[in-house]
Amino acid sequence: MIGSILAWFTDPAHWSGEDGVPHRLFQHLWYTGATLLVAALVAIPLGLWIGHTGRARWLVSAANAVRAVPTLGLLLAASLWLGPHLQGDLAYVVPSIGVLAILAVPPLLAGTYAGIEAVDPAARDAAKGVGMSGRQVLWQVEVPNALPLVMSGVRSATLQVVATATIAAYPGLGGLGRFIIDGQAYGEYRTAAAGALLVAALAVALEGLLALVQRRVVSPGLRGAVGGSRNDDDADPAEMDPAAEPVDVRAHA
Amino acid sequence: MKRRTALAAVAVAAALGLTACGGGSDPLASDSPTASAGGGSGSGGAIVVGGANFSESTLLAEIYAGALKAKGIDATTKTNIGAREVYLRALQDNSVQVFPEYTGALALFYDKSYSGTDADEVYAHVKEVLPKDLTVLDKSAAEDNDSINVTKETAQKYSLTKVSDLAKVAGDLTLAAPPEFKQRPQGVPGLEKTYGITFKSFRPLTGQAIIQALANGQADAANIFSTDPAIAANGFVTLEDDKKLFGSQNIVPLVRADRADEVKDALNAVSAKLTTEAIAGMLKQTDIDKKDPKTVAQEFLASNGLG
Repeated sequence: MIGSILAWFTDPAHWSGEDGVPHRLFQHLWYTGATLLVAALVAIPLGLWIGHTGRARWLVSAANAVRAVPTLGLLLAASLWLGPHLQGDLAYVVPSIGVLAILAVPPLLAGTYAGIEAVDPAARDAAKGVGMSGRQVLWQVEVPNALPLVMSGVRSATLQVVATATIAAYPGLGGLGRFIIDGQAYGEYRTAAAGALLVAALAVALEGLLALVQRRVVSPGLRGAVGGSRNDDDADPAEMDPAAEPVDVRAHA
Repeated sequence: MKRRTALAAVAVAAALGLTACGGGSDPLASDSPTASAGGGSGSGGAIVVGGANFSESTLLAEIYAGALKAKGIDATTKTNIGAREVYLRALQDNSVQVFPEYTGALALFYDKSYSGTDADEVYAHVKEVLPKDLTVLDKSAAEDNDSINVTKETAQKYSLTKVSDLAKVAGDLTLAAPPEFKQRPQGVPGLEKTYGITFKSFRPLTGQAIIQALANGQADAANIFSTDPAIAANGFVTLEDDKKLFGSQNIVPLVRADRADEVKDALNAVSAKLTTEAIAGMLKQTDIDKKDPKTVAQEFLASNGLG
């Protein structure tokens, strides 16, 4: 069986044209990227605001509750509903990106909010004490300190979206899901298996890439294993996001 | 260290996932349905009537099962199995024993180069090319074919009445059809070979989504079954298959050879009564009026003295 999947990968016919792996991979990344962008534009400012002001925390739980919505069912309903109102590919792209964004918002929102919330109050006070404005406190103290948790939210959202973006093939779009759905329709199970493997490989690759990005953007002072970790009641990263790596959030003013 | 452990866990999980489907029947073992050996014992047990993933097939499966039950044969249905590429394997491995099929599609499936279009010729050819563990019973007069449809506006805009009219404009148009249409000999490859038609793009959709795409303009042409009541309901124009690409598609019961004697009488009686009009009428009830296919099938059987 592994041999027949390998044979699929080594067949040059599967590496060119509209149905080729590169094109499908590109489409898949495109859907994933667009989804994350849309979700980040909603979730990160909202998370910053909730974390900074401490207001409307219920939004985080509400967003988490939305995770329970069945994505495929929502996609089919949204395509049927939006189909008559949108032109061409948009009629499938908008519902697909929309339902995927619903998956990406909760981890991004939770990560951002928890990150800001977990910043040591002493650091915040010190920042105010040296005369920083609310805006300066947010951007120069809270955001840099929150980055490890924000990034873990980004990673968890990316993983979820890249694995679920296969459903875009359901309403007739491309992406790696095409291999899975077409493989089933043609009765060529190795095509479906190859598609599934590609999705898994892509997810692992993106996760690795984002881990590197996180290493680059997070202040070295927030890494390392020295010192005790804070265990704030409502800001435990593991509680906010089970997929997140336990991150040591220590504040340095 | 932690990261290394995680990677190892992923690798183990992946290996488990891959080997898990290695036990028992291996779905990846044969990509060509004719190569499937077809295990399972022969006769005995209840008859399972299969149905493909579209409403007409479900309806026909219910009609067959109802007719068998009326003759005192224990029969159940297993509908929505998938496309031909998938369900023919279910017949060969004996998980279903009876399946409503279409003569032309069946002939082409087992003989990719077949180009006959005459109904009796196609039927005779099917009998020749079927694997020896499968056979067909009497064909019915009812026919359901693939058909290329456009909206009334598109038909007027490009003055389309037959499929060959598409040749000069198809380069600007999008075709919506089930995913398997892209590979089938009488699908996209057939349109290219027989008509010289290459669409700008292909939109793989299933069922109701095809109708929606054509009605809403996400597709300019669509492959819809000719008995589908949505064609009339939406005022679509069916283009005449002037070069007979789609051939003859009479509805015929495909059965396992070792069970044929058991089911022959009941199913041949059904085929004798089935007409294209009867199918279209019943599909209107199931697809548009949303009636239960089983009820519609029972009514058909009762009114034809079969149930």
